[in-house]
Amino acid sequence: MHPWQTEDTGALRHIAATIRKSVVTSLAEAGSGHLGGSLGLADIFTVLYFSKLNHHPDDPAWPGRDRLILSIGHVAPVLYATLAHSGYFPVEELLTLRKMGSRLQGHPGRDHGLPGLELSAGSLGQGLSVSVGMALAAKYDRKNHRIFSIHGDGELQEGSIWEAAMAASHHHLDNLVAIVDRNGLQIDGKTEDVMGLEPLGNKWQSFGWHVIECDGNDIGQIAGAIDAACLVSGKPAVIIARTVMGKGIVRIENDYRWHGKVPSREEAVEFIKEIEYRILNTEF
Amino acid sequence: MPQQYLNKGNKPTKSGFGEGLLEAGRLNPEVFCIGADITASVDCNLFAEAFPQRFISLGIAEQNCVGVAAGLALEGKIPVFSTYGVFAALRSADQIRISVCYNNLHVIIGGAHAGVSVGPDGATHQALEDIGIMRVLPNMTVLSPCDATQTSLAIVAAIEQCRGPVYLRFGREAMPDFTSAAMGFEIGKAQVLRTGNDVSIIATGHMVWEALLAAEILAAVGIDARVINMHTIKPIDRETIIRAATETRAIVTAEEHQVNTGLGSAVAEVAVQHHPVPMAFVGMPDCFGESGPPLKLMEKYGLTAEAIAEKAKKMVKW
Repeated sequence: MHPWQTEDTGALRHIAATIRKSVVTSLAEAGSGHLGGSLGLADIFTVLYFSKLNHHPDDPAWPGRDRLILSIGHVAPVLYATLAHSGYFPVEELLTLRKMGSRLQGHPGRDHGLPGLELSAGSLGQGLSVSVGMALAAKYDRKNHRIFSIHGDGELQEGSIWEAAMAASHHHLDNLVAIVDRNGLQIDGKTEDVMGLEPLGNKWQSFGWHVIECDGNDIGQIAGAIDAACLVSGKPAVIIARTVMGKGIVRIENDYRWHGKVPSREEAVEFIKEIEYRILNTEF
Repeated sequence: MPQQYLNKGNKPTKSGFGEGLLEAGRLNPEVFCIGADITASVDCNLFAEAFPQRFISLGIAEQNCVGVAAGLALEGKIPVFSTYGVFAALRSADQIRISVCYNNLHVIIGGAHAGVSVGPDGATHQALEDIGIMRVLPNMTVLSPCDATQTSLAIVAAIEQCRGPVYLRFGREAMPDFTSAAMGFEIGKAQVLRTGNDVSIIATGHMVWEALLAAEILAAVGIDARVINMHTIKPIDRETIIRAATETRAIVTAEEHQVNTGLGSAVAEVAVQHHPVPMAFVGMPDCFGESGPPLKLMEKYGLTAEAIAEKAKKMVKW
């Protein structure tokens, strides 16, 4: 852990609230994008960047850094907000999201030169394979950094995910931690109605993974799950993190219609007030 | 036949790929090879045996193979993933587009079993659309060397000269091996194998040998054909095409691939913008292949020296 990182759950909750506010602001300014998933992942991103990842925002390409691969490019707003608040680039730049010439593309694009971005991604089902490749390279080079691979639950309907899952355990990649954002929702509705994933833990287990489940909106549980995943030896670990899509704003929580929707400017003001109110009243 | 291009004996271009990959592995410790079950069939077994630590078996899972290759490349490795072109270019096209090309990573994809000369395996295994699909992707380099010797040079060049994604196409059947290593291989620089000022035959892959034979047939009837080996489909050698268009009366392209989107289209895109000339296309006429002996199939679909010569004659008279 670096000096600017913390294990204090109260401090991390405040950071998560700050990231949520930036997500809301940047999406309202952009006028399009994906709010629900970005809010649901704010706690996980906070714990990773502000507590668990070994990284140097002032030296984004530091070879020893832990890698974070975002397979679900559509939740880019939470990645961008976290990177900005970590110090990779100015927070004001979040307001350029999805605009012409911006480094903050609608789905992440490395060709635009955003510091801290590991992979251009947006087509679902590809990131786990890339993470496997990075983990294999680290093993070959006898390097100790880890690869954290972030996935959606709906994304697991892509067959390529399971090709990669097979490969990760076949090659004993215990330097790879996959995190599944299990909010149970996708664009058409509930995952279990659209294309059922359960029993999800058993699926991963039968593919040779160590499975950890946690509340993905509970800072302490997330931190514990990541610590446990890092202790696994001889096989990859997956954290199935149960989250609430739209977490932090009561009227959009668990509403799949907010997957690909953004607030108006008026709504954004209201949403930010709610986030502030709830953090002051330690409701998170 | 010009003395320097006599057939040294038939050899599959995939052998050249395997030998070149082995050589590249010796030269560069960052070269990795990914196997998708058909390792020996695409001649990657030489590399796998010599460098087992740098050979990664991933099974019959092409989409994952391409993604893993992207991950290796992000970490500074130079991954070579080879399988049949039909699978490499089509099954994993989305992974190639996003994980490899959009990230602009130095990943080399070997597309084996190019063309109907694959033979008895039939249509499912004959890559006839791969050039078109790969050349339309931004950042991609597309190579289609003409014989085993050149394929060996091409894989080394793809590893040592390129910094971005490369698709390298090669065949299965033993075909004339007629070039020499001394000719070299410069990506993006076509080779004029025979000079001539009546008609230009621009060919790629196995069809280059047929083009040389066609030039002999044409010479016998007093037509002076220029033969160009377009071993790089992308970036295409515009200068050599424009010179062919301005200095000869017509262009005939020849490829073991669909005429739609293939070499013929690529050449036409350049010629039509700079110096339109009459053109004819030798290639697959928007149809699937079938089972049969390789040379018989090439004959059936008009992928022969005679077919090229016929079209060239018509073009010159036109």
